[in-house]
Formats: sequence, C-alpha cells, structure tokens
Amino acid sequence: MALTRRQVESIANLARLQINEDEIPAYVRNLSRIIDFVDQLEGAGTEHVHPMAHPLNMSQPLRADEVTESDDRARFQANAAAVEAGLYLVPKVIE
Amino acid sequence: MHTRTLAELGDALAAGEMSSEELTRHFLTRIEALDPRLNAFITVTGEAALEAARAADRERAAGRAGPLTGLPIAHKDIFCTDGFRTSCGSRMLDNFISPYDATVVRRLKSAGMVMLGKTNMDEFAMGSSNETSFYGPVRNPWDLDKVPGGSSGGSAAAVAARLTPAATGTDTGGSIRQPAALTGTTGLKPTYGRVSRYGMIAFASSLDQAGTITASACDAALLLEAMAGHDPRDSTSVDAPVERYADGLDRSLEGFRVGVVEEFFDEGLYPASAAAIETALDVLRSLGASVKRVSLPNLALSVPAYYVVAPAECSSNLSRFDGIRFGYRAENPRDLADLYKRSRGEGFGAEVKRRIMTGTYVLSAGYYDAYYLKAQRVRQLIAEDFRAAFAEVDLIAGPTAPTPAFDIGAKTDDPVTMYLNDIYTIGVNLAGLPGVSVPCGFADDLPVGLQLIANHFEEGRLLNVAHMFQQETEWHLRMPGGEFA
Repeated sequence: MALTRRQVESIANLARLQINEDEIPAYVRNLSRIIDFVDQLEGAGTEHVHPMAHPLNMSQPLRADEVTESDDRARFQANAAAVEAGLYLVPKVIE
Repeated sequence: MHTRTLAELGDALAAGEMSSEELTRHFLTRIEALDPRLNAFITVTGEAALEAARAADRERAAGRAGPLTGLPIAHKDIFCTDGFRTSCGSRMLDNFISPYDATVVRRLKSAGMVMLGKTNMDEFAMGSSNETSFYGPVRNPWDLDKVPGGSSGGSAAAVAARLTPAATGTDTGGSIRQPAALTGTTGLKPTYGRVSRYGMIAFASSLDQAGTITASACDAALLLEAMAGHDPRDSTSVDAPVERYADGLDRSLEGFRVGVVEEFFDEGLYPASAAAIETALDVLRSLGASVKRVSLPNLALSVPAYYVVAPAECSSNLSRFDGIRFGYRAENPRDLADLYKRSRGEGFGAEVKRRIMTGTYVLSAGYYDAYYLKAQRVRQLIAEDFRAAFAEVDLIAGPTAPTPAFDIGAKTDDPVTMYLNDIYTIGVNLAGLPGVSVPCGFADDLPVGLQLIANHFEEGRLLNVAHMFQQETEWHLRMPGGEFA
C-alpha cells in the first residue's frame, strides 16, 4: 500500500520526529516500500493461531515491593543538558 | 600473540609466558596501528585497560586467577560501561557517559577481563552492514571495500583482524551471526533470556539477546559461561542453571541428527556459498552425524513478520530519547514539542527514523490488528515450524547469509533489499532459539559462515557441534593477510 505524503507527516508527528521538507519524498517512497513488503503477511493463514508475545511463554516474575536502589540523582543528571537545583529544565509548558 | 585464540592466550597467561599488561599493550598497539583502516572502534579505553591488566596480573600473582583473568575483550557500544561513553552508534548518545555497567560488562569485568574499548555498530543496532553508524562505516579486513555485516560489524571486524581476541555483540535479527559469517569469525547468539539484557540499550525487547564474537567455538563457550545466568534486574532473564559449556565440547557426534532446511537453499543463496555449506555438511557426516532434510514452510514470512514486530518495539523503546534527561538536545527550542521533535529528528539517523515511523504506523489506531497482532500470529507459525523440525532432528544446519560480504554502498538505496540479507537468521530470533555461525570456507575469496541452530537452552550441544567441526577444519584459523597478518 502506498502511503501519502500526509500520512507520512502524520506518522512523523505521532513519533515526535522532525522531518525536513526535502526528506519527505524519500520517506514516502521507502516507508511505502516497507509497508508493501510487510503486507504479504495478510495472505498467511493464522485463523486459529495464538499470537506469540514472548519466545519462551514465561510469566512475569514478581518481587517484594522494597526500596533497592540508592539515590544517584546527581550522577544521572550529569548527562542532562539543562538542570537546576536537582530539576530537569524544559521549555515553558504552561503560560 | 594475536594469532592465538582466547583459550590459548589464557593458557599462556597461566603458564607465565606473558603478563596481561604485555598482552593488553600488544592489542592496543594493533588497534592504534590498524583501526584507522577499519573504523571498528568508537572508543578505545587504553589507560583503563592497562590499569585493569595490571590489576589482573596482581590477582594472578596472589593465586586468585580464573580462566578469563587478564584476557582482553572489546564491547559493542550498545553495552553500558560505567564512566565511559556509550553511544550505540548514534549522534543521539554521542555525549552519553554511562553511569553504570551492563550486567554482561560487569560479569566479564568481575571474571577479570580487560576492556580494550567499545566497538562500532549500526545505529541502535538497526542495520546489516554497519553503514548506518553515526561514526561511519566499518570496513571488512578481508577486503576494505566490503561491509563487515551488521549490526555488530565493529566487533566482527575487530576480531577478524585480531585487534582484540574476542568481543561482545547483540543479535536481534542476525546481528551477531551475519557479521561473523561475513568476517570469518565465530558468532554465538544464545537462547532468548539466557544472558541478561540489563544495561544493553534496547532495540526490540522480545528479540534482543547478547552474545559473543570470537575466533573459535571454544572461546565462545568460555565467555558464555561467564556471561550467562539469571539477573534479577532483567525480568526476562531465565532462572535456569548455566552449563559448564567448555567441559562438553568434545562429545562425539555419533548418532547425532542434523536437519538441513530445504527452504534455505533457494535461488537467493549464492552458488559458491551453497557449495561451501554442502562441504561443511559432509564434514558433519564424517564426524558421525546423520543429515536429513527438514522443512520450515513459513520461513519466507519471517522477514515481513520481523519488520512489523521489531519496528513496533523499537518505536516504543526509543521514545525515551526526548532531549531532556540524557542524550542529544536541539538548540533553542521554541516549545516542548519543538524540543522533542528536533532533538529526535537531528539526533537519529535515517534508518532509525524509518524504523520508528514504521513501528509508529503499524501500532497506530486502526492498524494494530492488521499488522502487529497478525505478525505475532505469524511469529507463532514460525516457532511451530522449528518445534516440528526439532521433533525430528537434534540440530539445524544451513547458511548464515545468502551471499558473502557485499560492497560498501551496494544496498543502501532500498531498505527492503538490505532487510532480506537476514532471511536465514531472523526466524531464530522470532522463535527465541540459540544459533551460531562458524567459518566454513570461502566464496570469491571472502569468508562463508555455516549456521547451526539448536533448541532452546541447548547452547552446550550447539557449541559442542561447532567445536567438533572446528577440530576437523581450519577455516576459523584463517586470518586476513597483508597488513592485518
């Protein structure tokens, strides 16, 4: 199925990806090609097949709700572009 | 010393033939001299390596050495390494200094191994040629105009050229086995859940698995023993005992049943590669194994199923890169949405963006059933094919890749052509099985890999067969010539 330019722009927006104007035709072409390729799944007979979410059919383990991590905030925030007083800085959200 | 395997170097250290410091210096010198030709390393951690080597020598002097103490290793730059840049081959993480070690890194460190550096890779492990890296393509030491495969291309090229005796890798759709095949190295992808994924930057969480690239199956056994095992920090890591893989390598293959997948020998398989595989099957026969045909009828659907499941999981995993807590941040954002969009748009490369968008599309409202759920059903069909095959045979053998290494730039125009490279490896990830690629000959003077696939948690058998094959052949001992000799 060929995707339209508008669809590609809408997908990019959902994925929060800035796509430059001049790159859009290539994304339209390549994503259409990929979707076309995966569309062949449609023909597979899977009527009574149970979907496989996990290769080992494991159940998720549980653990006691205890504090196990120490406070490493300063260390983690060393990787952030903008912090102040232990807080991450972002552009103003509410005027 | 670089022509020896990890196991042989371990013996040399134990015999006092050399110190870990000398060994480490030797490999660091090779990296400095030869890596500019290959671009296999993103970061070389020379000083820390020498310090770790001296510490290993002290441990040995104190009588506390284990089988891996003092042996050098390189880690794929997808594994977090405390205090060192962990870039995942992306501009997004070019400035990221990991505040902790991945479990794989921690375990090998506590076994006394010395990290030489971090190896180049396709960006976020998305690629089959190592051409999507922000740090530029890696070159194949067998022919510098060819790709080394991917995504663990830096690890594979580094081991092939013996810039390190061993390296870690990760395999989501063939990213250890395919580059191992294209560089004449031994690449092991364990069962899903056998090795902890903690600290291994996530691409597709239901498929990702850590493994090794080495010069021999015996080396892979030594490393897997140290890497594998339950980790409470990865809820998908399996709580099952770890075998002593190295102890079972010499078991006889008498009466062993090997299945050859009919569908692997299709028109896509390069004839000279097919010939090398046929010869390899004769070697297995000569070792006492019986070889029979088996069928994986849904194999052709594995690539399309993968290109729904993997992008879907990637679009979710990579949503954490928002330009706020770590990683690349765009300059002068207008508002929060602009910060997100430009940080991600500028921080990710083209292939990563394609996969995120593919994943976003297949998970978007109205399409979930048609794509994601359908792909998960097809995934079940593929797993059932393998279950049926393993009812008849003990092991599956066939090619790892359809062709030997191709030219840099040859497949970058069409993503689907690149995706089809992984036709023989992807089914193994979808089913969560262990697989290994071992060198089995040459086609057009380039290495060919034999892929062996076992049932869940049968890494011991897998490595046993690979090792016995390597006792009968010398393909794994061949090294690229010229400046890399």
